[in-house]
Amino acid sequence: MTINSNSIYKEHILELYRHPKNFGSLEKPTHKAHEHNSLCGDEIIIEVKVANGKIDEIKFNGQGCAISIAATSMLTEKIKGIEVEKALKLSKEELLDELKIPISYARLKCVLISIDTLKKALEKK
Amino acid sequence: MKTKENFPIFKNNPELVYLDSAATTQKPQIVIDTSKEFYEKNNASPNRGVYDLSENATKKLNSSRKIISEFINSNENEIIFTKNATESINLIANGIVYLIPSKKDEILITEMEHHSNILPWQSLAKKLNLKLKAIKINENYELDLEDARKKISDKTAIIAFSHASNVLGTINPVEELIKLSKEKNILTVIDGTQIVPHKKIDVKNLGCDFFVFSSHKIFGPAGVGILYGKYDLLDKIPPFNKGGGIVKSVSLEKAEYLPPPEKFEAGTQNIAEIIAFAEAINFINNLSFKQIEKHEEELYNYAIKKLKKINNIKIYNPEKNSVPLISFNLENIHCHDIATILNDDKIAIRAGHHCAMPLMKTLKVQGTCRISLSIYNTKEDIDKLIQGLEKAQEVFKQ
Repeated sequence: MTINSNSIYKEHILELYRHPKNFGSLEKPTHKAHEHNSLCGDEIIIEVKVANGKIDEIKFNGQGCAISIAATSMLTEKIKGIEVEKALKLSKEELLDELKIPISYARLKCVLISIDTLKKALEKK
Repeated sequence: MKTKENFPIFKNNPELVYLDSAATTQKPQIVIDTSKEFYEKNNASPNRGVYDLSENATKKLNSSRKIISEFINSNENEIIFTKNATESINLIANGIVYLIPSKKDEILITEMEHHSNILPWQSLAKKLNLKLKAIKINENYELDLEDARKKISDKTAIIAFSHASNVLGTINPVEELIKLSKEKNILTVIDGTQIVPHKKIDVKNLGCDFFVFSSHKIFGPAGVGILYGKYDLLDKIPPFNKGGGIVKSVSLEKAEYLPPPEKFEAGTQNIAEIIAFAEAINFINNLSFKQIEKHEEELYNYAIKKLKKINNIKIYNPEKNSVPLISFNLENIHCHDIATILNDDKIAIRAGHHCAMPLMKTLKVQGTCRISLSIYNTKEDIDKLIQGLEKAQEVFKQ
């Protein structure tokens, strides 16, 4: 039994799973949201501190698979410091491109939970 | 047991290791052929026309009902065709209000139920302002009978529980629970979905009031479910759905309904698949439960033994009185990551919460991996699973 070359478990994904960036929580977030993945019950919490219309600080926590943790880690890195309006426009394609792995239809939710949680947080008044 | 060749899915997917029969079983050739043949040669609406094709469809519907009723030792007029077990439970939950004595105000379920045996009761409890309680499980992943004895009381109107758990595999002490319930005049609803493919069921002997299961989890087609109910209880419940085929006479003001089961089967039935389901039952009868149990027990014991040898595995199974279904987790690897890695080698397992989120909370996990075995599985399937799990650990090693 060999490791499939099409495997989504590339080293950069596994590395982010083991050592995710921006994992934790903020003391006084201005925006916060919590989402569940209906497929597996995983949960992701994203906390954001917005200052001058920009994402000043961002942290996430929760429990998830390698894909959802790696994707959320990547997302938080990508939007740190950018304008909230720009962050809200981030598309799933951009994130999928960045992940550089073939995601099956069934596992798409594991990637999208990060964007969904972020948008839910930022859209909250 | 040489049954694999009866299942064309394995001819078309020679590498497939199918370990998800608790979600849906594969279909034997005879079931597929029966459905196809009905549409090609015999298609007509039953209970409607007086022409030969329709009459034959009616006869087939009735003979299928007979085969299925004999399978669980009920009377023919106590078997109602539904869409699936979920619909069966929802129909009972909607109709049972006519059977609840006014002084009773509690519904009892268990912590290990599938959402389909929680949500209809949760909703009914809210609607009628009843309390919903759940019997706990113990550290051996069995139902806590002490807790059951405490919670089964004069206040309990309904008890609804699974005969076998779809996550833990645990076969519940059904006889004991029914006995305790009958002493308190409690209506008993059993979700038999996970037991019927594995053990002979006799509803008369059990003495339960309602018993439900799905065709597609016992080698039959999807889209057919069974609701068994004691005739005198069914007789007291008005029709769930109103429509064609359930009345003696109708005026614009009122209707006189047919007796059970017809009064519960409004609209044209899923006739081809009901007939195919009866063929699935014939298929099981021909194999015999004696053979099925022997094969499955051997496989289950082999699987448990092999799984326990894996490092850092946590198994959620009572290891006795279990259907051939085992849930587990590997430390530090998410169940969906394991399932994805196994899929690379065409090994199909289920991962996630298994529609049992309250049980996941009790187990303190987000989800589990689950393998569920059936008559077409072999020891080689288990060996491949074990290799796949070792591979997952290799991929995720720190």
